[in-house]
Amino acid sequence: MSEMIQTVPIELTVNGRRRALEVAVHHTLLDVLRDDLELTGTKECCLVGECGACTVSLDGRIVDSCLVLAVEADGAQVTTVEGLAAVDGHLSPLQQAFLDKGAVQCGFCIPGQLLSAQALLAENPHPTVPEIQEGLAGNLCRCACYQQITEAVLATAEGADR
Amino acid sequence: MRTDRIGGSPNRVGGIGRVTGSQQYVADIRLQDALQVKLVTLDCAHARIISIDTSAAEQVPGVRLVMTAADLPQPVPRFGPQFSDRPILAVGETKYPGEPVAAVAAETKDAAEEAARLVKVEYEELPAIFSVAAALDPGAVLVQDSALRPNDPLAGTNVLREHRFGWADVEATKADLVVENTYSFPMVTHFAIEPHAFMAAPDGDGIAIWSSIQHPNWLQKIIAQILGLPLAKVRVFAPDPGGGFGGKQHAKLEPLVAFIALRTGRPARVILTLDETFQAVRRTSAEVRVRTGFMSDGTLVFQDVEADYLVGAYADIADRVVSKGSYPACGPYRVPAARIVSRSILSHTTPSTAFRGFGNPQVNWAVESNIDEGARALGIDRLEIRLRNLARKGEAFIPFDTPADGDWEQTVRRAAELIGWGTPLQPGRGRGVALGIKSGPTTGLSYATVRLLADGSVVVYAGTSDMGQGARTVFAQIAAEELGAPLEWITIVMGDTAVVPYDQQTSASRSTVLMGNAVLRACRDVQAKLRTMAARLHGIDEADIVVDRGVVRLPDRELPIIDVLKPGLGALGGELIGNGEMRKDAEPDHPLSGSAAFFEFNCTAIEADVDEGTGDIVLVRHVTVSDVGKALNPLQVTMQDEGAAIMGLGHTLMEHYIFDDKGRIRNLGAIDYRIPTSMDLPLELVSAIVENADGPGPYGSKGMSEGALLCVAPAVAAAVRDATGVVIRDLPLTPERVWRALRDRSKP
Repeated sequence: MSEMIQTVPIELTVNGRRRALEVAVHHTLLDVLRDDLELTGTKECCLVGECGACTVSLDGRIVDSCLVLAVEADGAQVTTVEGLAAVDGHLSPLQQAFLDKGAVQCGFCIPGQLLSAQALLAENPHPTVPEIQEGLAGNLCRCACYQQITEAVLATAEGADR
Repeated sequence: MRTDRIGGSPNRVGGIGRVTGSQQYVADIRLQDALQVKLVTLDCAHARIISIDTSAAEQVPGVRLVMTAADLPQPVPRFGPQFSDRPILAVGETKYPGEPVAAVAAETKDAAEEAARLVKVEYEELPAIFSVAAALDPGAVLVQDSALRPNDPLAGTNVLREHRFGWADVEATKADLVVENTYSFPMVTHFAIEPHAFMAAPDGDGIAIWSSIQHPNWLQKIIAQILGLPLAKVRVFAPDPGGGFGGKQHAKLEPLVAFIALRTGRPARVILTLDETFQAVRRTSAEVRVRTGFMSDGTLVFQDVEADYLVGAYADIADRVVSKGSYPACGPYRVPAARIVSRSILSHTTPSTAFRGFGNPQVNWAVESNIDEGARALGIDRLEIRLRNLARKGEAFIPFDTPADGDWEQTVRRAAELIGWGTPLQPGRGRGVALGIKSGPTTGLSYATVRLLADGSVVVYAGTSDMGQGARTVFAQIAAEELGAPLEWITIVMGDTAVVPYDQQTSASRSTVLMGNAVLRACRDVQAKLRTMAARLHGIDEADIVVDRGVVRLPDRELPIIDVLKPGLGALGGELIGNGEMRKDAEPDHPLSGSAAFFEFNCTAIEADVDEGTGDIVLVRHVTVSDVGKALNPLQVTMQDEGAAIMGLGHTLMEHYIFDDKGRIRNLGAIDYRIPTSMDLPLELVSAIVENADGPGPYGSKGMSEGALLCVAPAVAAAVRDATGVVIRDLPLTPERVWRALRDRSKP
C-alpha cells in the first residue's frame, strides 16, 4: 500500500452486520463494498452514475455507490443485493418474481435493478407501468429485459396485497 | 406438461445466483496476491512512439512491473482470429485511440493507476483515417504495414479484403424501374454491462487464464501458440459473461496479462472501465450503395450491392463479418441476378468485431429501405411487394446454399396481422415493415459429455458460454427430457477447458442447434447403455427395448430409468457416461466455406408517431415475429427476441460514436452515449414466434437470438417515411436528424 494514501476509520452497517474498517479517503462506497468487504454482488460498470449497476440502499435512499465516497457512508445503514434474501436463503418476493417473470438474462445489472425496484415499491406500493419505467430508468439492461422487469415489479406489488 | 421439459419455461438455470449476487463474473473472482494491471494509452488515433520512460512509474510504491513492447519476445507476438495482426502491446506506432503502449502491474489499483499516469511516452502524432473516403484516397497513409501482408495484392491499400458474390449477369437483365441509393450505418458499441475482464496466473508448468470470453477454446489455442505451450497446459476459465453480443468472442488482452503473470510469477488482473471497452470493441460501420431492379408488377429483377465496411486498425473477426454479413445481401427473396461487392476497409479506429447480427443489419438497412422506395415508385403495397418476392420453403433463393428452411410467409402474415397492416391510421402516424435474414453457422464442432449418476441425477459438460441467452437452461431441459431427471437434479458445467470438452465457439446463435444436438446425442449414448443394461437385467434382446424421454420400455412394461439404473449399476454404484458430437464440416467450394446450418428469419413491423416540432419518434407499436422452428423454452425465446429488438432500436434511434478531429470518441462512456433505457421502449412491444419444428436443432429448433435485431432500422425508417414523407438514409434517426429532414421537406 502506498504510504501517500490517507485513510480514515469508518463504521457502517451492511446488510445488518456492523463493520468497522479503515478506508482510503478517495475510495468510493463501491470500492469498499467490493474490495474491502468482498461483497461483489454490487457491480461496477460506468463509474459515472449512469448505468445503475452499482445501486445500493444507503439509509433507505437509493444511491449509485460509485458516486458516494466511503467516508460519506460512515455510520450509515447499507443494503446490497446480498442482503435481500432471508438468512435461510429464501428469496424475497421481488427476487422470486424476477426469476418467475424472466427478468434475468446475463444478470449483471440485476443487483442494481433489484435494489431500485425494492426502493420504488417501498415508496409507491402500487406503481403503474409508467411509474415503474420511470423509477427504473437509471438502471440499464443491455439484454433489455425491461418488459419482464416491469412485469416482475407489478407482480410483486400485487402479491404484497395478499 | 411438466414445465422443466422441452417447450416449458422453467426458471433460468443459474438464476438464483444472479438475483442474490452470488454469481461470480470474472471481476468478482479474487485470486490471492493478484497484481492489478492498468493500461497506458495515448490520446490520439495514430502516433509514432519515439520513446517510453518508465522510471518515474517504477518509483511508485507497490509497482512490480511496467511492461512495454521491449519486454516481450521479439518480434512481438501478434494474434487474431483471421489475421495475426494485433500486437500484444503497440510496436513502433499506435493505430487507434486507446491502443495500449504499456501496462503497469502493482499491488493496488491506486498504485497501478498512479504509475500508469507517470509512464512518459514521447510520440509524434501522425495523419489518421476515420472514414471510408479518407481510407480510399490514393494519397492515404496505410493503416497496416504492408510487410505484414506478404503476397497480398491489396497490401499497398487500406482495403483489407474485397469480396465478390452473386449470380447471373445483372447488366443483362431488363428492369422496368431501377432504384439506386446510398445508405450509411453508424459505429456503435456493444456496451455489455459487464466490462471486459481478464486474469492470468502461473499454473504449475502452464498457465491459467480467466476471461469473460465467448470462445474459451479459441482463446486456449491463441495462448498456447503465443506461449509455445501444449493445449493441455493452458487452462481457460470462462465464467458466464455479463453480456457478450459478439464483443467478447475473441482474445483481446489475455495474451498481455499472461505475459505479466509469467514475468512476475504472480496472478495479474485487468478489469476494463466502460470507457476502455468503447475503445476496445465496436460494430463495423458501413456505407452501402444499392441498385435494385424491379418489373412494374414489383417482381425483383436484380440487386446490385456495394458495401464498404469501415473496420478498425486490426482485423479481429471483422473481415468475416463483412463477407458473411454481405453474402445474403439480397434478403429472403427470389432475385434472378445479383452482384454483391463488399470491402473491409482499415482505419485508425477501434477494431470492430462481431456484434449481434454479424454484418447483416448494415446491408439489410440499405436493401430493405430500397425495396420500400421501389414499392412506392411503383404504387405497390410495401407488404405485398415483399410477399410477392419472398422465397418459398425449399426454394434455393441463394444459389448453391441452403434452401429456404421455413414457411416464411407465415411469419410475415403474422406480423402484418399484429401491426394491423392496411387498417386506418390516426393522422400523423405511419407504418413500416421489413424482413431480415441471417445465415446461421457455416461450420461447427461441439462435444458434450453427460454423466447419469447413481441416483438418477445428471451432470452435463458443455463448452458453450452462457452470456444471458440461457444455454444452461436449454441444455438442462434436453437432459431432463431424455433422462427423466427433474431440472433441479441436473448440473451444467461450462467454462473450464481442463474439464469441459471442446466447443468451437458461442456465436451465430448456434448453441441450441449445435451444442444442443451434442447434448442430445450424449443423452442418447447414455440411453443406449441403459438399453444394454436393461437387456442384461431382464434377459431380453436389446432390440426389444426402447429408451426414450426418460423411460425404459420393455416388451411388457415401462420402467422409469432409475429402476434400471440402480440394479444395473449394482453394489459398487458408479455411473453411466455418454458422449455426443455435432459437427458441421467446411465446404471448400462454398464462397463462405460453408452453407448455412439454418437461417434466422424475422419480420418486424412498426407503427410510429413523429413529433413534427422536435423530430422525436414515438414507437406506438413494435411487432417482431421470428421463425424459431421450435421454442425449447418459450419465455427465453421471448426474452432474446425482445432484447434483440430493443438493441436494434439503439442503432436505429440513438447510438453512434461521435469523433473529434483527432479520431477520439467524444461521446465516450455512459453519459453521452445513450443506449435504450426503460423510458425508450415502444408503447407496445409485441413479440411472436412461428413454430413448424423444421429446424436442424433438437426437436426441430433453429437458432434465434439475432433475428429480431436485423431489420428494425428499415422498419422504423419506413414508418417515419409513411408518417411524414421524409426519407432518411443515414442512421441513427436522432430527433435532430429527423427534425432537419422535416424542416428541409417544408422548404419551397
